[in-house]
Amino acid sequence: MALEVQGITAGYGPVTVLRGVDFRAEAGQITCLMGRNGVGKSTFLKCLMGLLPTTAGTIQVNGLTLQGLPAHQVPKRGLAYVPQGRRLFGPLTVAENLAIGGLVQGNDENTLHQVLTLFPRLRERLTQTAQTLSGGEQQMLAIGRALCLKPTVLLLDEPTEGLQPSMIALIQEAILTLKAQGVAVVLVEQRVDAVRKLADRVAFMRAGRVEEVRDGAGLAANDPAFQTYVGV
Amino acid sequence: MKVWALHLALIIALAVALAVLPPYPATTLARILVLAVFAMGYNLAFGYTGLLSLGHALFLAAGVFAAGLSAQFWGLSAGPALLLGVAAGGLVAAAVGLLALRTAGVSFMIVTLMFAQAGYLTVLYFGTITGGDEGFNLPAASRTVFGFDLSTDTPRFVAALVLFAVGLLASLALVRSSFGRSMVAMRENEERSRMLGINPFAVKLAALVLSGLYAGAAGAAYALLFGYAGANFATIQYSILPMLYVLLGGAGTTIGPFLGALLMFGLIEVTSRMARLWPVLEGMDYFLIGAALVVLVLFAPRGILGTLRERGLKWLP
Repeated sequence: MALEVQGITAGYGPVTVLRGVDFRAEAGQITCLMGRNGVGKSTFLKCLMGLLPTTAGTIQVNGLTLQGLPAHQVPKRGLAYVPQGRRLFGPLTVAENLAIGGLVQGNDENTLHQVLTLFPRLRERLTQTAQTLSGGEQQMLAIGRALCLKPTVLLLDEPTEGLQPSMIALIQEAILTLKAQGVAVVLVEQRVDAVRKLADRVAFMRAGRVEEVRDGAGLAANDPAFQTYVGV
Repeated sequence: MKVWALHLALIIALAVALAVLPPYPATTLARILVLAVFAMGYNLAFGYTGLLSLGHALFLAAGVFAAGLSAQFWGLSAGPALLLGVAAGGLVAAAVGLLALRTAGVSFMIVTLMFAQAGYLTVLYFGTITGGDEGFNLPAASRTVFGFDLSTDTPRFVAALVLFAVGLLASLALVRSSFGRSMVAMRENEERSRMLGINPFAVKLAALVLSGLYAGAAGAAYALLFGYAGANFATIQYSILPMLYVLLGGAGTTIGPFLGALLMFGLIEVTSRMARLWPVLEGMDYFLIGAALVVLVLFAPRGILGTLRERGLKWLP
């Protein structure tokens, strides 16, 4: 099991957001996380990355426990995170963003080559600053930067949000390629069509818990789970 | 390649300038080179890592007094005294960093300012040793290196140039290294850097210590080359000067600190000459400098080289 989470709780000050989340992601699979706004999806990803402390439960990546590790140690255990809104280093170039992404892994040429093969458009933009890229290109760079960490588990928080259809297709294609390469992809997604296209498994969250886990293949567009947990 | 060539060309141009200029301007240029080393160190912390410190006078003074006092009381010659000054700057920066880096932004600025003020008061308190406000002149015997007398023009110019060249090339190598990228990542966004596996505290502390080493080297060199150590080096003025040099020349550019120091000295020279020519401007030289800086901040907020880089010279490090 690439990622195994059992019963984690967390919150912001007095407000508890996660109330005992159980979650699993396997290598070479895409596990989608769905739920309405505010159920704790992004909070959950932050907890996995050590950016928000958990108050109970366990997180294991490739059999190694993450609890108690400072946030900067988590990527070295094989976890990489592409947050909502991309959060690039805007004034720096594409090449510099990728180089910073690869710092802890030693910036080997092979990884950079793989990233630029996955997103050829980035190769054409290497000397351009990140803030001047289109939304889709920024998302490619955010994913590419995370891949420079050579992750075994990749966390993607709504990577196609606000993008035009052609860009969405490119990003989805890249995600499927990563799956084929054996990466365990955890994808927070609100769009039913994307989930049905990509997901091997879908974890539905409600009120700070994963309440139901389903096989992606068995989900019809009008499956009641979408109505129950996402409201569509 | 182009980048290294530019830096080497600058060093060669400065060597020529020091060789052909009359003694007074050449001495001023040597002074600028030493203060540019101080500003280069400040630039590593502020320009590249985003640490806005108001306490660098403390690191400079650590270098000044480590070299000055060791020459005065132990009779150390210039080489060991310089090394002691460098070490003192680094050690004081490490001690300050371990505490001050628990804060950020404005708090960091205030905490570093308080440390520097405490340092200044300490220098005054131990006035019988440090010379207090008046300071002390370094013994001539200690101002020698490899048999050259640093109180004479040519050895002094060469020493200032060597220190500057080493500082400049080291800072260029540093900012182009992996660690340099970590520093820039920290300046751009600490949270995002942490997400990418970079340890913010370690990077910021290392950058501050490096900055302290530069300040210590500049302080020690200043004392040894110009023969004086005094409390004025610990005043807030010496925390603000490197910031001005860096802002003027271009924060986060390797040559910017030198350019800023050169222009500030130039501005002071021009305004004081103007004041001599037109008595009505008497006492207004700092007003004129201030006005020039306001104009610069309005039209080139990234400093001269920062603006040039933004407008086309993207390869400038």
